[in-house]
Amino acid sequence: MNRFSYVRAESIDEAVREVVTDPTARFIAGGTNLIDLMKYNVERPERLIDITRLPLNEIEETDGGGLRVGALVTNDAAAHDPRIQARYPLLSSAIMAGASPQLRNAATTGGNLLQRTRCYYFYDSGTPCNKREPGTGCPASFGRNRIHAILGTSNHCIATHPSDMCVALAALEAVVHVAGPDGTRAISMADFHRLPGDTPEIDTNLRHGEMILAVELPPADFGTNYTYLKLRDRLSYAFALVSVAAALRIDGRTIAEARLALGGVAHKPWRDSEAENMLRGQAASAERFADVADYILRDAKAFDDNAFKIDLARRAIVTALSQAAAGTPQSQTDKRIQ
Amino acid sequence: MLQANGYIGVPQNRVDGRAKVTGAAQYAAEFDAPNLAYGIVVSSAIAKGRITSIDASAALAVPGVIQVFTHENRSRTAWFDRSYRDETAPPGSPFRPLYDDAVVYSGQPVALVVAEEYEIAACAASLVQIEYETDTHLTDIDLAKNEAYAPPRKRSGVKEPPSPRGDAEEAFVQAPVKIHHEYRVAIEHHNPMEPHASTVIYQEGGKLVIHDKTQGAQNSQSYVASVFGLSSDDVQVVAPFVGGAFGSGLRPQYQLFLAVMAALELKRSIRVVLTRDQMFTFGYRPLTIQTISLGAGPDGKLQSIMHDAIQTTSPWEDYQEVVVNWSNLLYHCDNVKLTYKLAQVDTYTPIDMRAPGAAIGVTAIETAMDELAYATGIDPIELRLRNYTETDEANKKGFTSKELRACYQIGAERFGWSKRNPEPRSMRDGRELVGWGMATGVWEAIMQKTAARAVLTQDGKLEVSSATADIGTGTYTILTQIAADTLGVNMEDVTARIGDSSLPKSPVQGGSWTAASAGSAVQTACQTVREKLFKYARQMDDSPLANASIEQVTFANGKILLTNDPSSSVTFAQAMQAGGVDRIEAEEKASPSLQTSMSYSGYSHSAVFAEVRVDEGLGIVRVTRIVNAVAAGTILNPKTARSQILGGVVFGIGMALEEESMLDHNLGRFMNHSLAEYHVPVNADIYDIDVIFVSEHEDKLNPMGVKGVGEIGVVGTAAAIGNAIYHATGKRIRDYPITIDKLLK
Ligand SMILES: Cc1cc2nc3c(=O)[nH]c(=O)nc-3n(C[C@H](O)[C@H](O)[C@H](O)COP(=O)(O)OP(=O)(O)OC[C@H]3O[C@@H](n4cnc5c(N)ncnc54)[C@H](O)[C@@H]3O)c2cc1C
Ligand code: SF4
Repeated sequence: MNRFSYVRAESIDEAVREVVTDPTARFIAGGTNLIDLMKYNVERPERLIDITRLPLNEIEETDGGGLRVGALVTNDAAAHDPRIQARYPLLSSAIMAGASPQLRNAATTGGNLLQRTRCYYFYDSGTPCNKREPGTGCPASFGRNRIHAILGTSNHCIATHPSDMCVALAALEAVVHVAGPDGTRAISMADFHRLPGDTPEIDTNLRHGEMILAVELPPADFGTNYTYLKLRDRLSYAFALVSVAAALRIDGRTIAEARLALGGVAHKPWRDSEAENMLRGQAASAERFADVADYILRDAKAFDDNAFKIDLARRAIVTALSQAAAGTPQSQTDKRIQ
Repeated sequence: MLQANGYIGVPQNRVDGRAKVTGAAQYAAEFDAPNLAYGIVVSSAIAKGRITSIDASAALAVPGVIQVFTHENRSRTAWFDRSYRDETAPPGSPFRPLYDDAVVYSGQPVALVVAEEYEIAACAASLVQIEYETDTHLTDIDLAKNEAYAPPRKRSGVKEPPSPRGDAEEAFVQAPVKIHHEYRVAIEHHNPMEPHASTVIYQEGGKLVIHDKTQGAQNSQSYVASVFGLSSDDVQVVAPFVGGAFGSGLRPQYQLFLAVMAALELKRSIRVVLTRDQMFTFGYRPLTIQTISLGAGPDGKLQSIMHDAIQTTSPWEDYQEVVVNWSNLLYHCDNVKLTYKLAQVDTYTPIDMRAPGAAIGVTAIETAMDELAYATGIDPIELRLRNYTETDEANKKGFTSKELRACYQIGAERFGWSKRNPEPRSMRDGRELVGWGMATGVWEAIMQKTAARAVLTQDGKLEVSSATADIGTGTYTILTQIAADTLGVNMEDVTARIGDSSLPKSPVQGGSWTAASAGSAVQTACQTVREKLFKYARQMDDSPLANASIEQVTFANGKILLTNDPSSSVTFAQAMQAGGVDRIEAEEKASPSLQTSMSYSGYSHSAVFAEVRVDEGLGIVRVTRIVNAVAAGTILNPKTARSQILGGVVFGIGMALEEESMLDHNLGRFMNHSLAEYHVPVNADIYDIDVIFVSEHEDKLNPMGVKGVGEIGVVGTAAAIGNAIYHATGKRIRDYPITIDKLLK
């Protein structure tokens, strides 16, 4: 832990200004990730700008028929909002698959998007790590990596993005609204998180000082044929080894539209539009789903401990698509696989 | 005689329950002191090498920092190794914090930053700059095992493998049915809820009162006294509550050394608390490679048992536990060869963890027995009954009592074992394959010499005390029950005091021996009070008990009454008045019976049954049902005893499916050092656990017939689950924990 000062922001403009002008400043929302990282000396901000009193905790209808979830809406409030439950049950389910009730009560929508990887080495300042200290190396690549990525890795980093919520947001093609020194802009979920490449220290395309205002959920018709399937090392309270958000629009007997996003396998929620296209106009069938899974995983690359994730992801994709097609979404309380 | 009020054997609430749930119970890091300073430990980043420089200037410059202790400026402590040896130390030279510039394991304490506030210390600790010269380390048992050796010096209290009997090798070659495999259980860390902490209160004149997280207040006390050359009168260790320890509190840990050193140097009270990741920087349950060879006839009868274990230890101490002896202890066999070796790795010395040795050794043998059941086509219980032994064959002794047969029978009945189709993959429920497995559990019934004091005052209040600990097991409660029953007073009138080095002598709490040991000591002390009281009662003028003998009276409700004529009675107060005393005090020791231990072996046993459901496609395992039938002699308090078994079973589920401390061999460091990444079972992992106490008449080990229940619940559970997984899936995983990756292979 380092010494830091603390300011409670009174307005969005003020908050943005405080952070933009100070490279050592950070916003703090629920604090469930940032404070941990500070205790581990991974993040060492010198100024914390508390944004929790800003008016960003509403869930509102958008003109286009979607919902706009304020950045400070807690994970718990979002998951239990009746509109989200009815229109975006995939999102509700994914949030409920994550963390614990206590954490979901504190964690916010904005903070969840920006939570950092759970790579063991990243958390341990006694070890090298390119993401924490660029240029020091990536011990995970040849060390303990059963929880690490199989898609989109680089020689510099093989970490995963740990969020469940974001996997659903990616499938739902949510849009992140942010405010910066030059006004506001919108970033699609597809462009929000990055692959590690040779700058693994940068997780997202958000610039320093830009603040997340809200996440917009475009109108969608995935209220029936969806699932969030999360596979992990214990039945609750563990990050995903592999997770799959699947949402289908089924017209008669054919799939009219398909959305598929994977968690726990890459540095960002993993979507593959080609794979989704492979489902369009097709009847739901295990064979088709297996083809899709193979296609998504065509470039998957395993490290010493995580080869099983490729197989697990393949199976998870097939199971999740079957659950979505059958309209039997995975329960997040009954731990039996549906 | 004990049944005056009949508290013993009847479920009782924890007497300390209210204090615990209301927060009134104080743990080591919660005691306050005026002018308290705070210490934060800096841990080494490398596994082996030398510290070439420590630059503490930035840390010292932080306002509020008092001192940074390193090997360069530490105070002088005792010279000889033996001064650092504690009650449970294995042979070797104990680790000395801040001793010199050598780094001998990753995470080793290399500095202590002391400041006025905890946060300041934490901040300053992050600023200490340390340069190292690294040396090649070795943490991989698969490389270290080539140099494995049988420990030349035995660890006291740990039985070495018995010498071979018959010709196991030849018998194995000849045996029609053979099982030969390697079994592993991953390294585990204890991960108690309460982290290790010491609050050292520096009193006028240099006397220390220390609140330490420990399973033995006197163990910590004598360690501090001998290491720092203090008179034991000047060191008092007070640890009334322990937030779980599971063995991690058996040895004084480095935070105690550091806190005391700083307090003495600064002449000031200080608190040092380890962080969660630092909880992975001392003892652990060692990784063990076990090889088992079972030779049997087609009838399942064992013709050969060979069980070899290679276990990690540190370069400086030969840690030892009993891993292989259980195989022959459980099963009859004439040709037996058991070996136990150590392999040195550059980690801290392992430390006993709940059912040390048995938890892993029995997991291996009970998995192998299941394999034998399948190889011979004999039901797993039947196989065990065919190999049942009524004697401890290695030592040629009988058992003090052994109701294992009844455990099998009663457990099987409760579980519905007779409905099991032995065929793997024969039971299915939707996507899930259902499997039923069972295993045997065993743990030694140990008693240790322990002293206790009982003080009865005229107001009818009774205080019993001993320096033992309550690590959450329920010691306070059972001692209260025993005292109340022995003297015929209400539990509300009894106070039990423990966890204080100034109290009558007791060993650490461990090995499941506390109920038998401290319990017997309290009972004996109360009996002495009882006799004195009776003597006074008879002396009273016109005493209605004048002609009675102690066998003819009953102690109940604060009175001594003639059993045959309850209207004739003397109150305790009257008796004490007659004796001219206002308190009666007795201190007694209870020791294990030499006669018993020469002729008998004492063990508790269990039969564990598990039902698992494994998602066929995805390898997700749910342990939906456990039945654990335990025979452990007298069960003093079925409620707290059940909790012990429940906790043990949950521990076993962790061992079966989740717990693993992952070493990065390149860095020589445990990497998943947080409770987010080191998985222990959570609520969702736990379904039905049914605990049965099988009645067992025990009259040899101690007068109450207590065997202890702290550890037996762990033993066998992992194997029962592994065996159930085999039954469900047809996959035999011999490398615990059984995680998805292994199931999908
Ligand atoms: C033990 C544990 C288990 C967990 N398990 C799961 C799990 O299974 N699945 C899962 O998805 N998550 C899990 N989480 C993570 C949890 O979801 C995140 O910690 C949480 O969502 C972060 O939200 P927060 O509001 O607390 O963020 P904070 O910690 O406050 O902030 C996180 C980051 O976001 C930045 N930030 C916050 N709000 C904004 C904003 N509006 N604009 C710009 N920047 C902002 C902060 O500066 C900081 O860098 C777990 C966490 C813990 C501790
Ligand atoms: S995977 Fe990424 S986060 Fe982990 S050690 Fe490598 S660089 Fe660091």
